[in-house]
Amino acid sequence: MLNTNGVPDKKQIFSRFPDKKYILKPKAITECYEEIPCNPCSTSCPFDAIYIGEDINTAPIVDFEKCTGCGICVYNCPGLAIFIVQELDNENARFKIPYELIPLPIKGETWSGVNRAGEVITKVLIEKVSLTEKQDKTALIQVLVPIEFINDFITIRSKL
Amino acid sequence: MKKIDLVIIGGGPAGLSAAKMAAESGLSSLIIERNFKIGGQLVKQTHMFFGSEKQYAKTRGIDIAKILVNDVLKYSDMIEIMTGTTVVGLYKDKVVTLLKDEKYIKVKTKAIIIATGASEKVLAFEKNDLPGIYGAGAVQTLMNVHGVLPGHNVVMVGSGNIGLIVSYQLIQAGVNVLCVLEASSEIGGYKVHASKLKRLGVDIKTSHSIKKAIGKDYLERIIIGKLDDKWEFIEGSEEELIVDALCISVGLSPLSNLLSMIGTEMKYVSYLGGLVPLIDENYETSIENVFVAGDVCGVEEASSAIVEGYLTGLVVAKKLGYIHPNYDKLYLDFKAQLHNLRSGPFGEKLRRGLEEIMR
Ligand SMILES: Cc1cc2nc3c(=O)[nH]c(=O)nc-3n(C[C@H](O)[C@H](O)[C@H](O)COP(=O)(O)OP(=O)(O)OC[C@H]3O[C@@H](n4cnc5c(N)ncnc54)[C@H](O)[C@@H]3O)c2cc1C
Ligand code: SF4
Ligand code: SF4
Repeated sequence: MLNTNGVPDKKQIFSRFPDKKYILKPKAITECYEEIPCNPCSTSCPFDAIYIGEDINTAPIVDFEKCTGCGICVYNCPGLAIFIVQELDNENARFKIPYELIPLPIKGETWSGVNRAGEVITKVLIEKVSLTEKQDKTALIQVLVPIEFINDFITIRSKL
Repeated sequence: MKKIDLVIIGGGPAGLSAAKMAAESGLSSLIIERNFKIGGQLVKQTHMFFGSEKQYAKTRGIDIAKILVNDVLKYSDMIEIMTGTTVVGLYKDKVVTLLKDEKYIKVKTKAIIIATGASEKVLAFEKNDLPGIYGAGAVQTLMNVHGVLPGHNVVMVGSGNIGLIVSYQLIQAGVNVLCVLEASSEIGGYKVHASKLKRLGVDIKTSHSIKKAIGKDYLERIIIGKLDDKWEFIEGSEEELIVDALCISVGLSPLSNLLSMIGTEMKYVSYLGGLVPLIDENYETSIENVFVAGDVCGVEEASSAIVEGYLTGLVVAKKLGYIHPNYDKLYLDFKAQLHNLRSGPFGEKLRRGLEEIMR
């Protein structure tokens, strides 16, 4: 339970995933369920794809028609609560996740894939690591994840 | 005796913003900060902030400090800053006594903005004075200002935003965080922070607390236990953990003793963290031309501290005859920003607390 251990339930998770037709392209998932005074995801999106509105306590809503999966909101979210997901084919999903720990992974490495409860669930391939000045110390890691974990994978831990 | 129109006590986000807005209005001020540098709590906060763009959301605390400090330095002809200087006395005739390098200095002023922030609350348990037991803020200062690790295996007590954020920063520094203990049955802080920790493998144990610390010369082990709904330890639920540091983050209380000294009307309001002054809608206390801004009048966030600073700077300047060219527009804007920051469910206790201290 989100309120007692920080793990959102399946219903909450699915509520933030788009319809299947959208997810063939990369889309932003905002795992931000509470009404907290915060809105950088919305103001940083160059495509106006995240709605919060005048009252900054409103939880963000993504317009999947407008979202291009560019990833800008991912490193602008102070809660590290946004990631990008795309269904690549029958075997793999591609994620872009925020990462603020050292050492950073290196392209081509295999790392453990972790779920929302902090358990290792699979192996993932690091496809790309970006950390520009603009990202202000929050790296974006692009990873290839076995498709069956598309609703479970959330982050990476230690190189294999 | 030194004379200056406005004295601002505390060089945190509230004090710095107040000085800037007063200067923009044409009023000179003196900022007094007991620390060796200005910036307040922000100088140790390496995480991105919440809020909206106007309060520098998504910028890291340390960088917000730089922005606010630079704003003040731009007015170096109008804003004087004394660091390493503590205000030790405040009197009704608006004489302020400062202590710097073991010397007392007296300053006579027309108006005072008190922006002294808050201090960490302590928790009572057996052997809570062993070396290795810290406040979460102290750990943040050690790590992020001085580059010193507090320990290798740490337990955090308290799951408010500070407990959750400092736990995350401990992990960033390579420290093993065994768990976060929370006496209440639900996590206190924002769930986005909790989820971030949980996915890194840190358990947040709700309905749990620290029972006692064990160690001869320094902390070696702790006993934790499960609490019932009356917050009493449940017999037989004890667990022993091997740790070399324990971090206490059970809230902050306003550093309001200077206000008591000058005799403003005060009230104990638990929603605001402790003893706070009664204020009017412009943050003026019961003593004319003595204002407050930031955590000292209710423990909140840097975002609101900044806006309260701007608001009081603007209003004090006007009272002393320096009217900002955009006074009306700015005034409404600051009020609206404060309203917006506090209007959500997390602002509820605060709203109730503020109602209690309105004069
Ligand atoms: C771990 C942590 C995370 C946080 N995260 C966020 C966040 O994400 N977003 C957010 O908006 N806020 C956050 N905050 C809260 C924020 O830091 C505070 O609300 C804010 O700093 C309050 O500002 P202030 O100016 O009132 O007080 P402070 O920043 O505490 O400044 C008060 C200053 O007054 C000085 N002072 C005190 N007494 C005297 C005296 N007698 N003489 C001279 N000087 C004196 C102190 O040295 C200090 O520098 C966080 C706080 C912590 C601890
Ligand atoms: S991924 Fe890009 S387009 Fe999509 S919501 Fe985020 S910033 Fe906007
Ligand atoms: S920036 Fe992140 S934490 Fe803030 S509202 Fe958007 S998704 Fe939530």
